[in-house]
Amino acid sequence: MNEMRMTGFSSDPSAQEPLISVRDLHVRFTTPKGPVHAVRGVSFDLGRERLGIVGESGSGKSQTGRALLRLTAGNGSIDASKMEFDGLDLMKASEKKMRSIRGSRISMIMQDPKYSLNPVLTVGAQIAESCRRHEDISKADAKKRALAMLDTVRIREPEKVYNLYPHQVSGGMGQRIMIAMMLITNPQVMIADEPTSALDVTVQMQVLALLDDMVRERGMGLVLISHDLQLVSSFCDRVLVMYGGRIMETLDAKNLDQAQHPYTKGLLNCLPRLNGRHDDLPVLKRDPAWLTEGGDAEGGLA
Amino acid sequence: MTDSSTVRSAAVDFKPYVNVARKIGGGVLMLLLTFIGLTAITFIIGRIMPNDPVVAIVGDRASKEVYEAMYLQLGLDKPIWQQYLIFLNNILHGDFGNSVMTTRPVIEDIKRFFPATLELATIATIVGIIIGIPAGVLAAVRQGKLIDHIVRVIGLLGHSIPVFWLGMVALLIFYAKLDWVAGPGRIDFFYDGIVDPITGVILIDSAIEGHWDVFWNAVSHIILPASMLAIYSLAYIARMTRSFMLDQLNQEYVLTARVKGLNEGAVIWHHAFRNVLVQLITIIGLTYASLLEGSVLTETVFAWPGIGQYITNSLFNADMNAVIGGTLVVGLSFVFINMLSDILYRIVDPRAK
Amino acid sequence: MSDASIKQNRGLTAWLLADFPQNAFQARCQRAYIGWLSFKTNPIAMLGLIIVAFLCFVALFAPVIASGDGTTQDLANRLAAPSAEHWFGTDELGRDVFDRIVWGSRVTLYIIFLVSIIVMPIGLIIGTASGLFGGIIDKVLMRITDIFLAFPRLILALAFVAVLGPGLENAVLAIALTTWSPYARLARAETLTLRSSEYIMAAEIMGASKARVLFAHIMPMCLSSTIVRLTLDMAGIILTAAGLGFLGLGAQPPLAEWGAMIATGRDFLLDQWWVPTIPGIAILVVSLGFNLLGDGLRDVLDPRSSGGH
Repeated sequence: MNEMRMTGFSSDPSAQEPLISVRDLHVRFTTPKGPVHAVRGVSFDLGRERLGIVGESGSGKSQTGRALLRLTAGNGSIDASKMEFDGLDLMKASEKKMRSIRGSRISMIMQDPKYSLNPVLTVGAQIAESCRRHEDISKADAKKRALAMLDTVRIREPEKVYNLYPHQVSGGMGQRIMIAMMLITNPQVMIADEPTSALDVTVQMQVLALLDDMVRERGMGLVLISHDLQLVSSFCDRVLVMYGGRIMETLDAKNLDQAQHPYTKGLLNCLPRLNGRHDDLPVLKRDPAWLTEGGDAEGGLA
Repeated sequence: MTDSSTVRSAAVDFKPYVNVARKIGGGVLMLLLTFIGLTAITFIIGRIMPNDPVVAIVGDRASKEVYEAMYLQLGLDKPIWQQYLIFLNNILHGDFGNSVMTTRPVIEDIKRFFPATLELATIATIVGIIIGIPAGVLAAVRQGKLIDHIVRVIGLLGHSIPVFWLGMVALLIFYAKLDWVAGPGRIDFFYDGIVDPITGVILIDSAIEGHWDVFWNAVSHIILPASMLAIYSLAYIARMTRSFMLDQLNQEYVLTARVKGLNEGAVIWHHAFRNVLVQLITIIGLTYASLLEGSVLTETVFAWPGIGQYITNSLFNADMNAVIGGTLVVGLSFVFINMLSDILYRIVDPRAK
Repeated sequence: MSDASIKQNRGLTAWLLADFPQNAFQARCQRAYIGWLSFKTNPIAMLGLIIVAFLCFVALFAPVIASGDGTTQDLANRLAAPSAEHWFGTDELGRDVFDRIVWGSRVTLYIIFLVSIIVMPIGLIIGTASGLFGGIIDKVLMRITDIFLAFPRLILALAFVAVLGPGLENAVLAIALTTWSPYARLARAETLTLRSSEYIMAAEIMGASKARVLFAHIMPMCLSSTIVRLTLDMAGIILTAAGLGFLGLGAQPPLAEWGAMIATGRDFLLDQWWVPTIPGIAILVVSLGFNLLGDGLRDVLDPRSSGGH
């Protein structure tokens, strides 16, 4: 594993075996209003790269991320013809096996640290807990590791922050704490679900830059889930565009302007531009046919 | 909510402690206000009672002179607010007047009857905590499953059963028919008066003095009435635990804990339950307080010599001093317990600092 | 697959489940319908609804269901065991227990009705006024509320009955006086969140008076949570009323009140168990019904506390 990390970051996923490989993923929920089909046959591969998933709310992007950890809420079910991580079949893995993967080899960062950190435990204890769960180390060592990790995510005075409770830290610091908590075990894949949406605009870029550095240094695979096409395209190598639980199109981030799918084009048209101006604010057109056709579901293989 | 920026400024900051002190101070102020309100209401009740306080003391065959003298001595000629202040002053000196029924100072009666109620309520609360909390957590974790339905139905049953009726039925079955436990009362006549009242709680006193025969007799007497009250407390605690736990299990930090790879035990007890516990402190305080007053009916059914029975008996004998004194003591302990749980809550919840 | 099947549904169901309601009325009906759908799947709540409906039915048709007025004494036939003629036996004065239970349901409903029409307006007016006007009015009203909240309910009710004299109406008054305070707190909390909302601001800009805002805009919004709370409290109210009746402070004889029936039947528990047992079961079933119903209603109307995923 270390050796792989030494090779560092590669932008060419085809050069190696994919870390995660998903084929025909479905996520369904039962609700009082009837069944909801949140993810409908999604397929993609993730290498040691930064993959963006973009879509509106309800497009199934968050549920795709959660399904990778098999942490779909209690009334939901996951179904896929293939969902592999590093040669391991995630669909068949026991719950115990999944627990040993979660937090140790695949981690996830949530949207708002105000809700995703436990309000009655100190942030230090929550970070240390992560590494004590997966490594056989003493309490004192875990604390040292947590302090070092706080330093790594550029928090000044880690000793002081260690003993604070989540409500005592700002949103930006909370998200760094979250990153520290999820990176302390050196995972191979990180899923970041709207990691900056709840933050002030001024700290959004800092947190993204931090995430970027961490991912590059450690040669991890990153799945960045966001509704913000601009942000994702500037930050990721590849972008999946999702709508209605399906992948509409897969693009290289640098070739965003060559988008083929009308939905992606529509999204791009909504972006404000400095040069030139729209006569009308364009309304995003949605074609019901996108939901039934194959679309570009095999996007990851492009 | 505290201003987070001030707390953020320095790790060793005395401000949180000032805040706690101020909030406790606010609690004491609230207690004082409630005390004044309580005494005012009981005072008013005492004054508009349909019976004459003078006659209650001197009897209805006393001469006019004796009546007048007592009328003046009680200060009934003074304006109503002065009467209230005299009343308040007497109370603060522990003087609730004499009971007509027992012919002793009301405060002495309360000292005798209150420990019996305290004993019942304490045991019922402890049983409620021991059974109710795990049941509530289990129900929430298995939401919608059989165990959840069972806990829910038991919780609702406990809130629907008329305790005085259940007490009667329990006495019929376990005392009269099966003879498993002792009957009404706190102790058998045979054992009465052996133990010196140190705390007034027979279970503790007899254990301290080593009178184990008395102890076991007292246990046999308390099982049924304590179970009746425990049904109420465990139903309430289980129901609230379940609802708090469901709420917490839907929070995002629980997902975070699962993402970290923690097992379900750690997710539930170390993460979600910590947050539930903070909320439960208030609920347990409320349960305990309401058991103190809610034991009136149970005490009547089991002839338990507690404060509730004392108040009801006094009420039927138009013994106003005793009613007012008893009501005030129960009301004050009610307020006091709620204040205590409030302070405890502020200490345990880091967000309240 | 699901969306497709729903869209193929024509008529009322489709209208009720449309993704984009066309008007406020449709939106409201949809909310109620979706609420009903989740209520319907909750067997416990449905059981509660059936019990409460049954109570209302029995009370309404008491003259038809009961064979007599429940107060006719038949001393030759006292303490008779349950039989085809007297389903639940007879009591110490030879009165038919079944008839008394049936007529007693009217007393229970009467208590519930009276307490509700006293408690809801008092709680709503004090709470919403407190929240809307704020300042000194808020402080004074909330202190009074807190004092009533802190006061032990049953003891206070006992003391009130002692002052007012025993009787059904006085017991109801005593219960109401000790019950209103949590409603004021609840209504105040809701008002505080509503006060800052934009539609209230819009109403104020349009020139609505404070009174209009209070009665037309804020109070209706507080109603649903108040009703849920009242349904959940109903069992407690029934039990308190029965307890007062048991102590001899509630309804007076010969009125058939269930709590008082238990008290008089107490002496016959050993040999004629049905006399005190059956009214106890009646109280249990009815208060359980309200608890089940309230629990289900809360799940539907107050999604915050339902805990559904």
